[in-house]
Amino acid sequence: MLDHILSALQALTANKVRSALTMLGVIIGVLAVTLLVSVGDGARAYIDKTLSGIGTNLLIVQPGRRETRGLGGPPTGNISRPLTMDDVTALKRQGTLLRDVSPIVAGGGAIRFENRQRDSTVFGVGAGFGDLRNMHVDVGSFIREEDLTARRRVAVVGRTVAKALFGNDSPLGRTVRISDGRFRIVGILEKKGTSLGFDLDDLVFIPATTASDLFHQDFLSQILTAARNKAEVQQAILQIEEILARRRNGENEVTVQSQDDLIGVLGTVTSAMTAALLAIASVSLLVGGIGIMNIMLVSVRERTREIGVRRALGATRHDILLQFLIEALVLATVGGLIGLGIGGGLIAAVNSAAPDVPLKLSPWIATIAFGASFAVGIASGVVPARRAAELDPVDALRYE
Amino acid sequence: MATAAPAFAPLAREEHEALIEVSGLERTFMVGDEPLTVLRGIDFTIPRGAYVAIIGPSGSGKSTLMYQLGCLDTPSAGTVRLAGYDVGSLDDAELAALRNRFIGFVFQAFNLLPRTTAVDNVALPLRYAGVGLRERRRRAREALGRVALSHREDHTPERLSGGERQRVAIARAIVTEPALLLCDEPTGNLDQKVGREIVELFERLNDELGVTVIIVTHDPSLARRVRRVIKLVDGRLVHDGPPTADL
Ligand SMILES: Nc1ncnc2c1ncn2[C@@H]1O[C@H](COP(=O)(O)OP(=O)(O)OP(=O)(O)O)[C@@H](O)[C@H]1O
Ligand SMILES: [Mg+2]
Repeated sequence: MLDHILSALQALTANKVRSALTMLGVIIGVLAVTLLVSVGDGARAYIDKTLSGIGTNLLIVQPGRRETRGLGGPPTGNISRPLTMDDVTALKRQGTLLRDVSPIVAGGGAIRFENRQRDSTVFGVGAGFGDLRNMHVDVGSFIREEDLTARRRVAVVGRTVAKALFGNDSPLGRTVRISDGRFRIVGILEKKGTSLGFDLDDLVFIPATTASDLFHQDFLSQILTAARNKAEVQQAILQIEEILARRRNGENEVTVQSQDDLIGVLGTVTSAMTAALLAIASVSLLVGGIGIMNIMLVSVRERTREIGVRRALGATRHDILLQFLIEALVLATVGGLIGLGIGGGLIAAVNSAAPDVPLKLSPWIATIAFGASFAVGIASGVVPARRAAELDPVDALRYE
Repeated sequence: MATAAPAFAPLAREEHEALIEVSGLERTFMVGDEPLTVLRGIDFTIPRGAYVAIIGPSGSGKSTLMYQLGCLDTPSAGTVRLAGYDVGSLDDAELAALRNRFIGFVFQAFNLLPRTTAVDNVALPLRYAGVGLRERRRRAREALGRVALSHREDHTPERLSGGERQRVAIARAIVTEPALLLCDEPTGNLDQKVGREIVELFERLNDELGVTVIIVTHDPSLARRVRRVIKLVDGRLVHDGPPTADL
């Protein structure tokens, strides 16, 4: 076997330019597989990491019953009762499996200070929101429980907002206008950066009750809570549904999503994306394989005389078959290794130059890429090798 | 994964007195729908150690006969026996092993592997005999020594003269120590002086090693140097004996 590989290498190095050009197709194919799949895989890892970072065992309660199975929302979603602060209170009192509960009232609006203005996302939240979402203040304090009961006009702002309105001055204690209300800034959030395309520093938090007044909306967008521990997530969901159903004549009119559901949904999306990328990359690998087959067919034709001579010297059909099959295999796998090397190098370079770019070369990609180039070698070598083996020795020797 | 040599019968067979026995040999090709008979009933016997020339006009079937004797082709009718084996009854692997073990070929066009050193060219048949790399190289060098080309071992054919190339081809033919050398117009591509040297090399190999030599040739002066001439005309044997003046 080693003999066959050695003589294949010899035959291939005898025609270096052609061998290199033939390999190029496989190199590009494997490079494409490696890079594209690494992009998909990196995206998945990034999303996993990001979603795990937003909190632990989070549960999101939304108004309206949505079946996770089946398409489209059922009609009950439209006529169900909204979520209210009373629901939050009930969950806090009776939710023994819940860590904390925070209302969320989503809105938007211009925040103005003197003649400066910024359009940010404004959330009405509860005191527990900061701990649930891992968002803490650097300076000052977060929204407190008594801010909600007293419907105080206080705000906690993110770094981007602070910078836009106050430059390098401290915003703490200043008064800004949000919509038509005046709010005193009581806290500044620590820097978070962007995540999944959102600027987490371009946020303003105000008490949920105040937000209801401000946006003239007396129901909540969502309720955010969390299970005490991972094992109890499913029970916690049931408990939430039970507590809220009791307040709605026994009707279950809410949808509770867990953090894992979210990760799962996005996970299937990224898996589908990875599969699609793999399919695209496979096409280029296929083209590389066809390239090898073509060159091998030309090579068999050009080396007809050589095949005849080898047969005269004692080679069997089987020897000739193996010879050309192994040549194709060596071309493909060497090309595959080079492609993998270049791909791995590029990914390593990107990783060290830009650690934020989600690109990841996992061993399974390398294995698949190498396996694929091996398969391409066999597939593209069979036809030329059989043609070579089936040549009649006398015809081959007489070939001009 | 070299071809396993078929279990060749014991010494008695190898010592079979006649190396080659041809009887009633016919070879017919299909050219389109038309049968073309190139060899039309040939009989002769060649003993071990003989030195024979095959001559005849172009298209008379000399090369076709040589492929028959070389086990590269099988008869349409009649039999060819090599060292006692009925060539027509063997399968592809057996024929390959027979060629590898008993026959060395020398062609008019040398037919060396391009961009491959002389040693590696000469060692090639040993690969199909399943000999290990080191031993192959050693025996290849030895064979190159026999044709006085030790100083060209690592040259590729591109860097050798025509005569040197043919000597490398001869070394390749004798490296397996075959019983039979089949040479199809070995001097056809060489000038007269170099051709003469090659012929002398064949004579020496025949003399010293006792290898049976069969040379297909157009060259009357070469034919006159041998003890036995077989002449074909139009696929028939018209002369088998010592060279005559009218050849
Ligand atoms: N495989 C084949 N198919 C058809 N015809 C063939 C085949 N092999 C040989 N022939 C024909 O058989 C005849 C004899 O060919 P061969 O090569 O044996 O002649 P030759 O005596 O060696 O001639 P030369 O001296 O020119 O080499 C030619 O007419 C040739 O065309
Ligand atoms: Mg001929």
